[in-house]
Amino acid sequence: MSSASLSLSRDDRPILIAALFILVILVAGTVYTFARFGSAPLLSPTYLLQQLQIGAFLGIVAAGMMMVILIAQIDLSVPWTLAAAAMMATSIGGPLAIPVGLGVGLLVGLVNGIGVAYLRVPSMIFTLGVNAVMRGLMVAHTGGYAPQTGATDLMRMLAGDRTLGIPNALFVWIAVSVLVTIVLQRTTLGRYVYAIGNKEAAAYLAGVDTRRITVICFVLCGLAAALAGVLLAGYSTKAYQGMGDAYLLPSIAAVVIGGTNILGGRGRYLGTLIGVVLIVLLNSVLSIMDMPEAGRQVIYGLVIIFMLLVYGRGERVTS
Amino acid sequence: MLDDVAIRVRQNIGIVTAVLLFSILYLLYNLSHPKGFSSAVLVQNGDEIFALAMLAMAQTVPVLASGLDLSVGAVMTMVGCFASYLLTGVGAPLHLDIFGLHLGLGTFPGGMGGILLGIVICLATGALAGFVNGCVVVYGRIQPIIATLATGAIYIGIALFLRPTPGGKIDEDLNWALTNSLGDFAQTIHIFDDGAAPWFAPVAWIPVPFVLLVLIALLVWVPFRRSVIGRAVYAVGSAEGAAYMSGLPIDRAKIAAFTLAGFFAGCGGLFLAIQTSSGNADIPQAGAYTLNSIASVVIGGTSLLGGTGSAIGSIFGAMVLRVISFFFRIFDIAPLLQPLFEGLILLAAVSIGALGVLRVKNTLELFR
Repeated sequence: MSSASLSLSRDDRPILIAALFILVILVAGTVYTFARFGSAPLLSPTYLLQQLQIGAFLGIVAAGMMMVILIAQIDLSVPWTLAAAAMMATSIGGPLAIPVGLGVGLLVGLVNGIGVAYLRVPSMIFTLGVNAVMRGLMVAHTGGYAPQTGATDLMRMLAGDRTLGIPNALFVWIAVSVLVTIVLQRTTLGRYVYAIGNKEAAAYLAGVDTRRITVICFVLCGLAAALAGVLLAGYSTKAYQGMGDAYLLPSIAAVVIGGTNILGGRGRYLGTLIGVVLIVLLNSVLSIMDMPEAGRQVIYGLVIIFMLLVYGRGERVTS
Repeated sequence: MLDDVAIRVRQNIGIVTAVLLFSILYLLYNLSHPKGFSSAVLVQNGDEIFALAMLAMAQTVPVLASGLDLSVGAVMTMVGCFASYLLTGVGAPLHLDIFGLHLGLGTFPGGMGGILLGIVICLATGALAGFVNGCVVVYGRIQPIIATLATGAIYIGIALFLRPTPGGKIDEDLNWALTNSLGDFAQTIHIFDDGAAPWFAPVAWIPVPFVLLVLIALLVWVPFRRSVIGRAVYAVGSAEGAAYMSGLPIDRAKIAAFTLAGFFAGCGGLFLAIQTSSGNADIPQAGAYTLNSIASVVIGGTSLLGGTGSAIGSIFGAMVLRVISFFFRIFDIAPLLQPLFEGLILLAAVSIGALGVLRVKNTLELFR
């Protein structure tokens, strides 16, 4: 075992450990349910598929977040990009609902990207401001209440229905995943993303238009958040205030647990995928255990620290 | 002499801008307020500013060492929940219900002594939380932003455990004494002839939170800034490698930075609990305070890259943020539009500050 893990690259080790941890969660949860209720719901495919359907929204957000973290930035505007896309999509309705929702994400991403890449405002603060503006716009638009408009049939179909017993949301997540994997591994854009994350000045000197790539990454993140918002509105049949709040920190945590360096330049998409599954399963096991919110938060924090202590430790600064 | 001043201003352009911006905004606010320049208005504003100002100071210290602390809001909330048990002013039995066990913790003393003890315990809790952050960052070698994200969840968890629903009580005299003017303070604790001493009259109008803010800045921040550890914090922020090679205690500096952040956040939480007379494990509020603390730090002229800036600037940053929301009350801006204006102003403030990039001749300088 130890020789095997030594031969793994440093990008693969986190993925393997996180995958093992998922097994631990499944086993622990099953032992608990078996002892308490005499059944093993965690191992039934229906239950797992249902959990993955819920996880798809987080997974799509995390995919976009990863693009931004890889270039050593962060996008804090995700919560209200997601909510705004959902609200605009439901209030437009009709066949244009989904394009309009995605358009909102594209626009927000563009603004974020321009602010970060061209004005050189730290992404931490610029996206925070954009988040506040989006929230303000939506509060003004909806009057602070849950909008009365509902999701279109297409949105409900994409997020809530199943094809051949498999939730459609899962297909969307898989499509996004395939796209991100191809972009990161098979295109020059992907190479540039990693290069910028490692050292933007070096990438610039090598002839990469680093600012344009930064904008593209933020646009992809905005699009991902918007897509998740549109789907989430379809899943819950309507948009509501604060629907994106629960996605910001878990999406960052999923990316980081999957072994992506928060300082950018390193990490594989497979890790993010595993990170999302880990968080979703952890959540569902905790709710099966009837864990109160207090305990959940503590366990959530401990798991992140534990995982990073195992494989996410930085190097000592010695020169 | 004038050159000297000019150089100093140029070196501290961020903080000077924040102070000027605050002065102008606050002057305008008082001019347009029907009861402007009165003690009552000052007291009200002081109460509203204090907690955010403390969190802005808290955020500054780790940022100076180029590490963000995403747990300041959580520490504030947790300390507030502790305060709602310890500052009741009446001796109360404390017990802990955990995993079905019922543990009696004895009776917490009441009266003045109990309140002082409670305050000390609350502040120590905040500092301890910060110390834990520092240890996770330094010995765990985890990036501060993600380490404090995780510890923040733990602190919120503890707060929720203490106060699943908002509640608790704070001694009424304590609440009255700390959230009003110095005159009321003296009257409540019976000093200076109940605040009626003639020499005391000229300062009796000053709001207590304002005095506390100045005291904490002068007695905690300034000595820290001038100590070896404080200088090491700045050095770590500007070039960690160079600081290490110069033999500075970088590990201790980082731990001290996070500990101090925890202490400041604890002060904020304590005041918020005293002000609202309750403990409330409000997760959205904790998040909003954390994010506003980052905004305050930036508006106050501290670089998020670390190494330059000051907690005093951040106090003014926090004041600017708060004054902007005071204006909504004056100009009767529809409540529905307020979040939009707040966001636009924040965005405008950071973007205008960034217009300097347009003057940069060598593009390479952008990629620091």
